[in-house]
Amino acid sequence: MAEAGSVADASDLRPAGAEIEEEKRRDAVSGEPPFKQPRRRDGGLRAALRDALFAALVAAVLGFFFLGLRTEIGPGGLVLSTRWGLFATAVAIVFAGRLLLRLFVFRDARPRTVTAAAPGWAAALTALGRLLGPGLLVLALAFPFLILWLFPQRDRQYLDLAILILTYVMLGWGLNIVVGLAGLLDLGYVAFYAVGAYSFALIAQNFGLGFWLCLPLAGLLAACWGLILGFPVLRLRGDYLAIVTLAFGEIIRIILLNWYDFTGGPNGISGIPKPTFLGMDFSRGEDGVAAFLGIPYDSIHRFVYLYYIILGLALLTNFVTLRLRRLPIGRAWEALREDEIACRSLGINTTNTKLTAFATGAMFGGIAGSFFATRQGFISPESFTFLESAIILAIVVLGGLGSQIGVVIASVVMIGGIELLRNLGFLRDIFGPGFDPTQYRMLIFGLAMVVIMVWKPRGLISSREPSAVLKERKLIGADMVAQGEGH
Amino acid sequence: MESARPRWDLDPVLTVEHLMMRFGGLVAVNDLSFNVGRGDITALIGPNGAGKTTVFNCVTGFYKPTSGRIVMRHGEKVGTGLIEDLTRSGRQYLARDGHAAFLLERMPDYGIAHHARVARTFQNIRLFGGMTALENLLVAQHNKLMLASGYTIAGVLMLPGYRRAKQEAIDKAVYWLERVDLIERADDPAGDLPYGAQRRLEIARAMCADPHLLCLDEPAAGLNPRESAELNELLQFIRAEHGVSVLLIEHDMGVVMEISDHVIVLDYGVKISDGPADFVRNDPKVIAAYLGVEDEEVELVESALETREAGI
Ligand SMILES: Nc1ncnc2c1ncn2[C@@H]1O[C@H](COP(=O)(O)OP(=O)(O)O)[C@@H](O)[C@H]1O
Ligand SMILES: [Mg+2]
Repeated sequence: MAEAGSVADASDLRPAGAEIEEEKRRDAVSGEPPFKQPRRRDGGLRAALRDALFAALVAAVLGFFFLGLRTEIGPGGLVLSTRWGLFATAVAIVFAGRLLLRLFVFRDARPRTVTAAAPGWAAALTALGRLLGPGLLVLALAFPFLILWLFPQRDRQYLDLAILILTYVMLGWGLNIVVGLAGLLDLGYVAFYAVGAYSFALIAQNFGLGFWLCLPLAGLLAACWGLILGFPVLRLRGDYLAIVTLAFGEIIRIILLNWYDFTGGPNGISGIPKPTFLGMDFSRGEDGVAAFLGIPYDSIHRFVYLYYIILGLALLTNFVTLRLRRLPIGRAWEALREDEIACRSLGINTTNTKLTAFATGAMFGGIAGSFFATRQGFISPESFTFLESAIILAIVVLGGLGSQIGVVIASVVMIGGIELLRNLGFLRDIFGPGFDPTQYRMLIFGLAMVVIMVWKPRGLISSREPSAVLKERKLIGADMVAQGEGH
Repeated sequence: MESARPRWDLDPVLTVEHLMMRFGGLVAVNDLSFNVGRGDITALIGPNGAGKTTVFNCVTGFYKPTSGRIVMRHGEKVGTGLIEDLTRSGRQYLARDGHAAFLLERMPDYGIAHHARVARTFQNIRLFGGMTALENLLVAQHNKLMLASGYTIAGVLMLPGYRRAKQEAIDKAVYWLERVDLIERADDPAGDLPYGAQRRLEIARAMCADPHLLCLDEPAAGLNPRESAELNELLQFIRAEHGVSVLLIEHDMGVVMEISDHVIVLDYGVKISDGPADFVRNDPKVIAAYLGVEDEEVELVESALETREAGI
């Protein structure tokens, strides 16, 4: 072939090029198929336009009655009014959305290799990933002081929001043990949250015990309920497991609603004691914490204290989960998610292993529940609907099953993001003064789910970190990791 | 030697007696009895659908047999007295004078692996694909590690006893990874390994469970001739160095003849031949069973016969 420096003529170049092509193809095929195919460009825009038009047509047909026409009660009976503006906007949104999706998301439906990121990028990303956890921890520890310093007027609102987010982080981490590690799809996790909350409220009311004594008791009681519910349920597989756990969540709520003498029924339980600090409460008086510490009284102190309690509880959940993952029990949970039959062939009692996962998850749910009760000071069955289970599960799934940091990101985005929407005044200018973005919470949740599932089907952070390493820690891609029952 | 009872009848590690497994109207295994000798490599062969995997599933507790008795013995020459006492007592196992006997048809599958120490592999490989090769071998040592971790409590506190046990478990995993030539891939997910490596890893995983009897379901399926030869070496090593009895299923007669001490042939759920490899190879009933089934195997049997006749 052409020597370096010499000018190659066309007839020389072609075979050389063809040879390289040939080699590349051979390499690609001998490695892991399938190899990347060149993107087809011909007629892309045209096809996309046709597709978008079709989608807009479907939207127009469907929306004609729903959006275009409206019946109103007028003076002489029903009056038909039209809303062509709204109708046209909806159709236009569908057209544009479908066109954009076609052009930028569904570009190539053919299988394609995800080529590894350039080494520099990958290294930078993993380094960033390593820093993310500690960075968030430092931020979380300093958060109340940052808030007091930056937003002295709105401190209470932001602290409240942070406490809410951390509660969901803890719940997400608790559920992650059951769904992410053991691979058991539990749609009734809120039952244990409720058991924890009511245990604390009832023990505090009837026996006068304080928060710190009730907290472990509530956790234990919830774990016991986990065992009781788990025992009959865990024989089921797949979708059946999901349906029965869903039913159990509802049963617990309905019992709470109807057992009036014991739980107060729909009226709930109020006057739940606040947590104390070394036996002192956060009051203005002589024996309050402020007086003890010699600082001027401020009602915000109690919120700062609550914040650190839930932060501590969430970190405890995380610490225990990470520890358990490296212990035989955690490894057995993951093995169970991968292949239950293989587990049994290795002498692992799968029923017990599932029960421990269920009970551990339930315990953290219960502890989070009793924190919820003490923070609110009032609980009623309304707080423990299926929607809560769905939100917690959505956080776990969006974050990436089994990923601890993913749960944090998902909680911050989903809970914090939606609460912050309230402050976006300009949305009112667009959608009218009656618009309350929090009312669209579920819609936004659903949209976020769809977007994540299209973009990253296994959640934000889907790679798995091995629990034991011989020489080199390698992340395991999501395509290898099984998801367990009922997914 | 011909007149004496064969070794596997004198000191069996596993005895299957009158095993019957029925699926609705289909009798997959019918009145099957055989012994697996202690320290032997025993092969269970037969055409596709003969009921070999079903026998394995009965032995390892994944199926509850319709009828029959399956006895596993620990210790040399376990007396029949112990076994009769056990059968009458209604218990799952009985230990006496350093001997123990287990009635596998009464035990749950995980109990068979844990207490009776029967480990197995699967015809379609069942590794924990999303876990690394090392983790796969650690999961196999679950019960030992659970005990050492004080059912998790000592483990959460990282007490020294647990740390020592964990190191031993890792050492054992490393030992088996080296034996099956996968030490370089210890930190790779099992699902990422090539097919032959997955088969070897599954055997290593079963060995990490410290079995007395290792049951392999078609371990040579899908292997190339070189890999097959390596597998034979591995099995002989397992038997020689670790004193583990091996029961393997094979579909292809050629592979097993070299290494098996004892061959049992199954057809339509019925035992049609039982004896040393040489005896079985020339058994007319076996040749007939294979005749109607697959040309390759018939040719194998015939060529084996021809070479023998030529030798005589
Ligand atoms: N779980 C089952 N349910 C119904 N029939 C089964 C089941 N398992 C095996 N069989 C039947 O039993 C027969 C023997 O199967 P198998 O033991 O897998 O054969 P082999 O392993 O020798 O190829 C086959 O006819 C098969 O269809
Ligand atoms: Mg089979």
